Parts: sequence; structure tokens; C-alpha cells
Amino acid sequence: MRLFKEPMALFEGHGLVCVRGECLVFAGLAFSLDAGGALLLTGPNGSGKSSLLRLAAGLLRSAGGSLTWQGEAVLADWESHRARLCHVGHQDPVKPVLTVRENLMFWARLRSGTSKAADAALERLGLLAFVDVPGRFLSAGQKRRLNLARLLANPVPLWLLDEPTAALDRPSTVALEEMLAAHRASGGVVLLATHAPLALPGAEELRLETFAAEANFASEAVS
Amino acid sequence: MTALLAILGRDLRLALRQGADTLVVVLFFVLSATLFPFGVGPEPETLARIAPGVIWVMALLASLLSLERLFQNDYEDGGLDLLTLSPISLGLIVLAKCAAHWLTTGLPLIVAAPLLAVFLGLPAAGFGQLLLAMLLGTPTLTLVGAIGAALVLGARRGGVLISLLVLPLYVPVLIFGVAAVDGAIAGLAVRPHLMILGGLFLAALVLAPWASAAALKQAVE
Repeated sequence: MRLFKEPMALFEGHGLVCVRGECLVFAGLAFSLDAGGALLLTGPNGSGKSSLLRLAAGLLRSAGGSLTWQGEAVLADWESHRARLCHVGHQDPVKPVLTVRENLMFWARLRSGTSKAADAALERLGLLAFVDVPGRFLSAGQKRRLNLARLLANPVPLWLLDEPTAALDRPSTVALEEMLAAHRASGGVVLLATHAPLALPGAEELRLETFAAEANFASEAVS
Repeated sequence: MTALLAILGRDLRLALRQGADTLVVVLFFVLSATLFPFGVGPEPETLARIAPGVIWVMALLASLLSLERLFQNDYEDGGLDLLTLSPISLGLIVLAKCAAHWLTTGLPLIVAAPLLAVFLGLPAAGFGQLLLAMLLGTPTLTLVGAIGAALVLGARRGGVLISLLVLPLYVPVLIFGVAAVDGAIAGLAVRPHLMILGGLFLAALVLAPWASAAALKQAVE
């Protein structure tokens, strides 16, 4: 029996298993993040980076292991987990007939955000000049910036970012790096999958291909 | 509550700016019903006899047309993931989306129905009951249709598949919807039929959002 309780990590995963279709993508995956921590997911295409992010959001169910926030199982109270996370996937949900502001305000109001915060987010990502432009006229990079603006419109402690720099130009990437630094400085946690170089000082790197090897080993052991 | 109003407001705005969807539904409703005088002949007695059935069947088919877009756009642009991840329950989100869908398709059908009733020579005694029955019946069509729309997400040719899934479930609404109008014309009691339509609506109101939410959760996995 332990006399002292170990300091509990904020967001932890143990023995996570991801099965897509009939394929074992990864197995025995573990990570642990404290407040202000960042986890950089790397690995070749198909190694399960997006799946791990969806798993962390609760959109996918792990076939085993546990996922905890402050020691409590995430799926036991998925509703609170949903309220504390913001997931930016590789698609940008921008409606072509709604203006930039309307698009962002919809997602903000869904989480009781204010229009003041939404405007500040648009300014931060350099979209203030486009607020009344319909979504169909935006470039891929501008859509991505609009998607990233959700992170600032409703501040939440857990960011799950899937290839956030895709289609971003250099100044926007720098803006994102600053956003990430500010988020972590205020005690937030980031899980980020990327192929592009991105400054994320002190981030822990999780190489997903190492867990794929374990997955192959596990599936061989089963058969 | 603000979140649900946000969904309702956005879907209404989307439907109004892409007005074609509503227009297509109403035009299909009117045009297809006008084919009947050509098909069965212009005798007023025959047309008046089949008018309640024709109007209801065409309303069912017209409301099928727009079901596919209920979740498809959000599914394709990744918005469904974010709706699922929002702190409000997915069942309530479905309910808000259904309300917007009914306002932009069910309600226009009810508005267009008197035109068809005049056109087909529906006896005047049936007018009020037709509108009342449609007011009770069309929300059920939207709610039941939402289950089908959620189930076929990700499938190819989903629109056709929705029809196959949902049409059999529309039969009770059709039977009691027509019975109410026929009853009114024949001078019989219509209350029981309207009560059953109301009952169907209440059952769909409780069960359909829940079933659709379960199907949507499967779709985003």
C-alpha cells in the first residue's frame, strides 16, 4: 500500500486499443499529461493519429484500457468531457451560404459563447476583414483559420488538434503557435497530430508506429 | 435553450438562403398532384372522390424529397462531429433540426394544400379537416423521416434508401390522415382519427429523436 498518493496527471490514457473495421490500428498505447502539457502525435499515414484524437474526444470507443481526466473515467461522464474539449478535425465545417461571423457565432452559441469573444477570435486569426464574406468565397487556409477560431471563441481546457497547420500560411502558423503557448501557460492541455514542423516547446512526442508494432505482435499472439 | 435556438436559427437561415430546397418540395407536390386529372380523367366526381388520398400521398412523397439534406450536409463537412461533441444532448439537437425542417418543408406543404384541394374539387366540408390533419401529420413525417435520414448516412444513394426505409412507416399517418378528411366529407365523426394522428405525433416526438441520435452516433464512429 502506498502511503502517499501520487500526484495525479490531468489527462491520462492507459492500454488504449483502437480497432477500425477488422484491423488493429494500435494497442497498449499510454500517455499522461499534466496541466500545461502537450502531446505531439507523429507517425506515418494510417498509424492512428486521427483515431487517437477521436478516441480522446469520446467519438470512438477504445476496445480496452482507460482514459481518465483528473482520475475520473472520461466516458462515465461524457457530457462533462464534451464541455471541456474542443476538437479540430481535418475537415472545416464552414457553411458556404453563411458569413464568416455567422459560421463562428453558431458554434460559439452552441457552447454559450459571446459575440465579443467570437470577434476577438476572428481578429486574432486575421479574419476580421472577412466577417461578412460568405463561406463559399473562403480559401482553404481561411476556412482552416475560421475552424481554429472556435478554440478562442469558447475557451476550454482540452484541445484536440488534427493537422491544424494544413493549408495555413507562415504567419497563421506563428499565430497558432502563440495560441498554443498561451493556452498551455493558462494550464490547458493539447493533443496535436501533425506532419509539419511546429514549435511546441517541451511537448512530449508519441510515435504511433511503435504501438502499431505492438498491435501486430498482439494480434499474432491472439492467432 | 440558446443552443437549441442557435441550431433552429442556423438551419432556417440555411434553408432560406438555399431557397431551392423548399421550392422544389412545394413544386413537386403541386405538379405531381396535377398529373392526376390527366391520368384518371377530368370527371369531377372521380377527382373529388380521390382528392384526399392524392393530396396525402403526394405530401408523403414530397416530404421524402428533402429528408436527405437533414443531416447529410453536416455529415459531409464534419459539422456532425462537432454537434455530437457539443455539451447538449444529441436528441435535443435532432429535435431542433426537425423543427427547422418542418418549418421549411411541412408548413409550406400545408400552405399549398388548399390550392390542390380546390384544383381537385375536394368538397368544402373536407377543407378544414384536411388542414388540421396535415398540421398533426406532417410533423410526424419529419420526425420519422429523421430516423431514416440518420440511418443512411454514409451510404451511397442514400436518398433512395431513405424512401424504402421510411415509406412503410408513413402508412399509419396516411390511413388516419385520409380517414379524417373522408369522414368529414361523409359527415362522420373525425375526432377519433385526429386523436390517433395526435397520438402518433406524440409517440414520434418522444421516440424519433432518441432513435435518430443513436443512429447518428453510429455514423460518426
